[in-house]
Amino acid sequence: MLADRIEKANREAVERIFAGDPVLLDVRPAADVIAGLEDRVVLHAGPPIAWEAMCGPLRGAIAGAAVLEGWAKDLAEAERLAGSGALAFHPNHHFDAVGPMTGITTRTMPVMVFENRAFGNRAYITVNEGLGKVMRFGGNDEEVLARLRWIASDLGPAMGQAIRSLGGIPLKPIVAKGLAMGDEMHQRNVACTGLTVRAIAPALARTMGEAGKLATILEFVSGNDQFFLNIAMGMAKALMDPVRGIEGCSIVTAMSRNGTDFGVRVSATGDEWFTAPVEMPQGLYFPGFDEVDANPDIGDSTIVETVGLGGFAMAAAPAVAGFVGAGGAAEAIAHTRAMYEITAARNPAWTLPALEFAGTPTGIDIRKVVETGVAPTINTGIAHREAGVGQVGAGIVRAPLACFVGALESFAATVGAT
Amino acid sequence: MDIDELLRAPLRVVNVGLERFTRDLHDQGVPVIEVDWSPSAGGDERLRELLSKLGS
Repeated sequence: MLADRIEKANREAVERIFAGDPVLLDVRPAADVIAGLEDRVVLHAGPPIAWEAMCGPLRGAIAGAAVLEGWAKDLAEAERLAGSGALAFHPNHHFDAVGPMTGITTRTMPVMVFENRAFGNRAYITVNEGLGKVMRFGGNDEEVLARLRWIASDLGPAMGQAIRSLGGIPLKPIVAKGLAMGDEMHQRNVACTGLTVRAIAPALARTMGEAGKLATILEFVSGNDQFFLNIAMGMAKALMDPVRGIEGCSIVTAMSRNGTDFGVRVSATGDEWFTAPVEMPQGLYFPGFDEVDANPDIGDSTIVETVGLGGFAMAAAPAVAGFVGAGGAAEAIAHTRAMYEITAARNPAWTLPALEFAGTPTGIDIRKVVETGVAPTINTGIAHREAGVGQVGAGIVRAPLACFVGALESFAATVGAT
Repeated sequence: MDIDELLRAPLRVVNVGLERFTRDLHDQGVPVIEVDWSPSAGGDERLRELLSKLGS
C-alpha cells in the first residue's frame, strides 16, 4: 500500500519533469526580479552556511561582490564587513535561483530569467563570466570585477533586449540537439553554446545600435565554451521546482554544494536540506596545479545532474570523460548506465545516440541510492582552495551517500514508515 | 547433465560480487561473466528494514 503510494507519487514527479516547458525569457538586474534580494544580501551556492565555515573561494567571491556592490572600498574591508555580521548570506535555492561554483548573486548582477511555461514558475541565474579567473571560482581582483561591470552595463541589457524581442527561447529542443552533438551540459557545453549564439545573434544584431559593441558581445559569448552552463542550470531549476512538495514522493529535487557541505532536498520532505561533508573531485589539473591546490566540491550546478544531465548523460559526451579524467567512451557509457540504477524514468525528449537513443536517466530516487549504494555521478570544475586564483581543473565527484541515508530516514518518518 | 559430465565439460562461470574470483579465473583462461552485485544498503540491517517498508 505504502509502496504503491510512493510509486504513484514518483510517477507524478517524473511526469511533471517531462511536461515542463522551460524558456529563457529575459535578462534583468537581480534586484528587479528576485523577490527579497535586499541591499547587503549575498546569495551563494549550496545549503545554508555561516561565514566562519566557508571555504576560501566562497569567502573570496563574497569579498569581491561586496566591493562590486560598493559595500566596501577594497577586499580587506570587504572581508572585515563579511565577518562582522553586516552581510546576510542565503542559499540561491531559497530565492528560486541557482549559481555555478561559488554561485554569488547580488543586487546589481544581471540574471537570466527562466519560465517553465507548463507550470508558471520562474528561476534565475547570473550570466556565465568565462573560464579561468572569474568570481564563480573565487576570483575577485579588478580584472574580475571589471568584467562583471561590463556584463551588467553591456552584455546583460543587450541580451535581455534581444531575448525579449524573440519572445523567449525554448530550451528543451536546444538540449536535445546538444546531446546529439556531444554535450552533457555540465562540463561540455560547446554545442549548446553554439546553438544559443545561433538563436540569439540575429536578434542581437537587430536590437543593438552599435556594430562594435555587438561584435564584442558575440566574441565574448562564442569564445566561452561554457556559456550555456548557466542556461542549463536555470533551465534545470525551472524544471525541478514544480516537483517540490509532492506527498509521498522520494525523488530528489535539488543537489547542491557550498564547498563545505553537500546538500540534498527531496520532494516529500519539502525544503529541508540533508547534508554531509563534501568530497574532493577526482580529475585532471591545468598545467602548474595539482590536488594540493584543489578546493572541495562546490556549486549549485548539480541541479543539472538532478534533472538527468551532466554526469548522468555522460554517454552523450565521450570527450568530457577524457577532460574530467574518467577515461573514454566506454567509461562515459558506464557512468550513464549506473545512473539508470538509481533513477525512476528515462526522459523521452532527451535521448542518447550512443545508447540506441535511450532517454537520459531522470528522477533520482533516494530509496534506490541507499539500496544500491550507487551515488550520483557529478561532472564538475575544480576551484583553487585559496581566494582569488580561480579554476585549476575539472573532474568527477560523487554525492556523499550520507545525505541520502539522512534523507531516507526523514522521508520514512514523513510517510509514517518508521 | 550428470555430475561426471559436468566435471569433464569446459568451465563456464558466472561470478557474483567478489571481482577477485573473476580476475583469478580470467588469468587462467576461463571464460567468466562478472555480475556487479553488493548487498542491499551495504548490508545495513536497519536501512534494509526501512527500505523494505518503503517498497524498495
